[in-house]
Amino acid sequence: MQFIRPDINLDFIGKRKFAFIFSLIIIAVSIGTLLMHGGPRYGIDFAGGTLIQVKFEKPIEIAQVKAGLSRMDFSQASVQQFGEKGESEYLIRTDAAGVTDQNFNQALRQTLSETTGAAVEIRRVEMVGPQVGKDLREKALKAMFYALLFITVYISGRFELQWLKSAVLAVALIGAVYAFGLLGVSIPFLILIALLVTLALFWFLNLRYAMGAIVALIHDVTITVGVFSLFNKEFTLPIIAALLTIIGYSLNDTIIVFDRIRENSKKLHKNPLASIINRSINETLSRTLLTSLTTLVVVITLFILGGGIIHDFAFALLVGVLIGTYSSIYVASPILLAWQRKSSAG
Amino acid sequence: MKNIAWKPVVIAAVILAAIIYILPTFNTSLWPYKKINLGLDLQGGMHLVLEVETDKTVDGALERIVQDLRERSRREGLQKIQVERSEGNRIQVAISGESNIAGFQELLDAEFRDLREKDRSLAGDQLNLVLDLPETETDRIKELAAAQALETIRNRIDQFGVAEPDIRRQGDRRILIQLPGIKDTERAKELIGRTAQLEFKLVDDQMAPETALQNGPPPGSEVLYQVNVDPNTRRSFKTPFLIKKRTMLTGAYLTDARVRYDQDKRSYYVAIDFDRKGGRIFERVTGDNIHKRLAIVLDNKVHSAPEIQDRIAGGSAVITGSFSAEEAEDLAIVLRAGALPAPVKVLEERTVGPSLGHDSINKGLMSMIVGGILVVIFMAIYYKGAGLLADIALMLNILLMGAGLAAFQATLTLPGIAAFILTIGMAVDANVIIFERIREELNIGKPPRAAVDSGYDRATLTILDANVTTLIAAVVLFQFGTGPVKGFAVTLSLGVIASMFTALVFTRVVFDMFLSGRKVRQISI
Repeated sequence: MQFIRPDINLDFIGKRKFAFIFSLIIIAVSIGTLLMHGGPRYGIDFAGGTLIQVKFEKPIEIAQVKAGLSRMDFSQASVQQFGEKGESEYLIRTDAAGVTDQNFNQALRQTLSETTGAAVEIRRVEMVGPQVGKDLREKALKAMFYALLFITVYISGRFELQWLKSAVLAVALIGAVYAFGLLGVSIPFLILIALLVTLALFWFLNLRYAMGAIVALIHDVTITVGVFSLFNKEFTLPIIAALLTIIGYSLNDTIIVFDRIRENSKKLHKNPLASIINRSINETLSRTLLTSLTTLVVVITLFILGGGIIHDFAFALLVGVLIGTYSSIYVASPILLAWQRKSSAG
Repeated sequence: MKNIAWKPVVIAAVILAAIIYILPTFNTSLWPYKKINLGLDLQGGMHLVLEVETDKTVDGALERIVQDLRERSRREGLQKIQVERSEGNRIQVAISGESNIAGFQELLDAEFRDLREKDRSLAGDQLNLVLDLPETETDRIKELAAAQALETIRNRIDQFGVAEPDIRRQGDRRILIQLPGIKDTERAKELIGRTAQLEFKLVDDQMAPETALQNGPPPGSEVLYQVNVDPNTRRSFKTPFLIKKRTMLTGAYLTDARVRYDQDKRSYYVAIDFDRKGGRIFERVTGDNIHKRLAIVLDNKVHSAPEIQDRIAGGSAVITGSFSAEEAEDLAIVLRAGALPAPVKVLEERTVGPSLGHDSINKGLMSMIVGGILVVIFMAIYYKGAGLLADIALMLNILLMGAGLAAFQATLTLPGIAAFILTIGMAVDANVIIFERIREELNIGKPPRAAVDSGYDRATLTILDANVTTLIAAVVLFQFGTGPVKGFAVTLSLGVIASMFTALVFTRVVFDMFLSGRKVRQISI
């Protein structure tokens, strides 16, 4: 059985202008929605605060929960339905940390069961102080940074087989980040600087495959973050884990295509690069789609059946895998071509 | 393939080892007795990060030095001398008169060598000194306080009785506590967070506490409260006491504390024993102050203030109050385990009830089974015989991951289950890449044997690259992650490594065995 015929020949490269515009639009929307919301919406892991998951033994209206909370001077808390409908589970959230002191659980249980007339089970309490929130935020950003750094070094070394250049790259990158770190630049800007330095170095060191892969990676992460912001979902620790997994995984398809482009470049070096790239994408199309398909199948299962706690995590992976597949065809490879056009023109 | 003979042996050994390691998870009585640990988010429990407020320990140390300086100066007969605490952990001293200055200098040199002179100025015949503790000394005090707090909390939890608690230092001043399976989280939190500074102080009878509240307490005394909670209405009542600041005896001399039941009053109390030195102090204090009231103060709250009837020898005392059995038990535990050297603050708390953890496991397993079956069916239909082989490799992959978790004693968390599920989708990727390549080679007319060989050879590097990038992300995540996310990183890393083994080694050997020795015209792929 096969979905894609071996002799398939679609003109991907010819359509790259549309893809370019399409990508630009979603990136613009992603950055726009981030700006509108004033940055990513941090969950309590990063912002600090308190989150309580309660379950009632019988169906309760959200208004009843809110009424109960306002009775115990807790009315600034937001209440949100959680999990499947009819399970009568709610998430109570407040920005204040440290409210869980002094028999808080017992008081909450008592008040809620009095106002709603149903027994309450407190299933989960998460309290993160502002200091810890700040620490976790920094840790998460550092994790993103180091993952990008190591992957950059690895693929620049592997794709181009020029480990010396990639060592130069690593040293320059670490040096730049260290220097700006001494100037007291905050971590998000450090990451931005590191990315710009990386791209500039790729340019000067003539590492075009690495350039294509990293641009595709930035593309994927930006859009995933943007979609999250668009749906007003919260960034928590597991979401960072999902983003890092996307960073690792979305490269897989790019690596497959690039390996084939290199293989074909040796075999068919008389052909123009555009046709080599297009041919390589077509030849590897079935595995690019199939590998993403098997992963999508399990991610969708997780999204539907995994329960409320894992829901957003699965959603991030879902978006990331889809975008990653698209970008390995429409973003990473066309960049190789754009590069060649530039260097032959100049 | 020349080395075909040893590869099946290696595979058989790996499978055998995996089975040996996975079995204890289902039957704990089997060697090597290591089962897969479940994270707090799956088995329920409490995760706490505390901060030891070590600054307060330094504060206390400075306060004691100031008291000491005043007392020693008085004893040395020095006059016109003022010792005050000032901002930034400094001590300000103002002395007038030449002999006083000389005497004080002598005292400083002889008894207070730890103190550092920050500033010295002479105004007329008044000498102004600014003293403080050098950083090495304050750092030592802080370090000691944090280490002691860790020890004390560990003692308390041991005595409270929690199975497999994990208590460790995190950085300079933080303590990470993980209590799996704990039910009464509020009681545990109360027990851990209590300073439990037990002090015996005399009641100041020269003024009524109400007067002291209105006009301010006399020097050397302060107003402390006794808090009583009515067990029926749960309302609390505060009674003020005027207490002398000087501490006669502290809980540091305790050797034991036990819960006792008073049949007559139908209430619980805690009986405490002092060591020999504490017993002697207690005997002297009670002997010197007969018919005065001795307040038992715990964390600046008065528990009781009985009148001393007689000199008490033998070194034991009782603490009474309106305790429930649980409260008395907890008080005995904290007294036995000792006081915290500084108050602690809860920085982070994550509590998961056992029912939620159970739900999470069920939902995770459900998605794993459904996702797994879908992938298995897809592979079998799409690649027929070779797809079945990939399915067997997938089962082996799951077995290896489980065994790896048990062998490395890693913790399986809810995101870890998600990593399991994700790996099911990603593990077959390697086989997809290889099978597609083999199909390509077959399409250009290569015989099966050659097609399989070049399929594996050409795909191997691609698969390695693809997996290394995922592995890099997972390892970085492990370095920076906490709790559940760490579980995700470990499981994902294991999955990546296991899938490389199953896709590149296991399926290849099966292919080779199938193709060798026979003339195979067609392969099912």
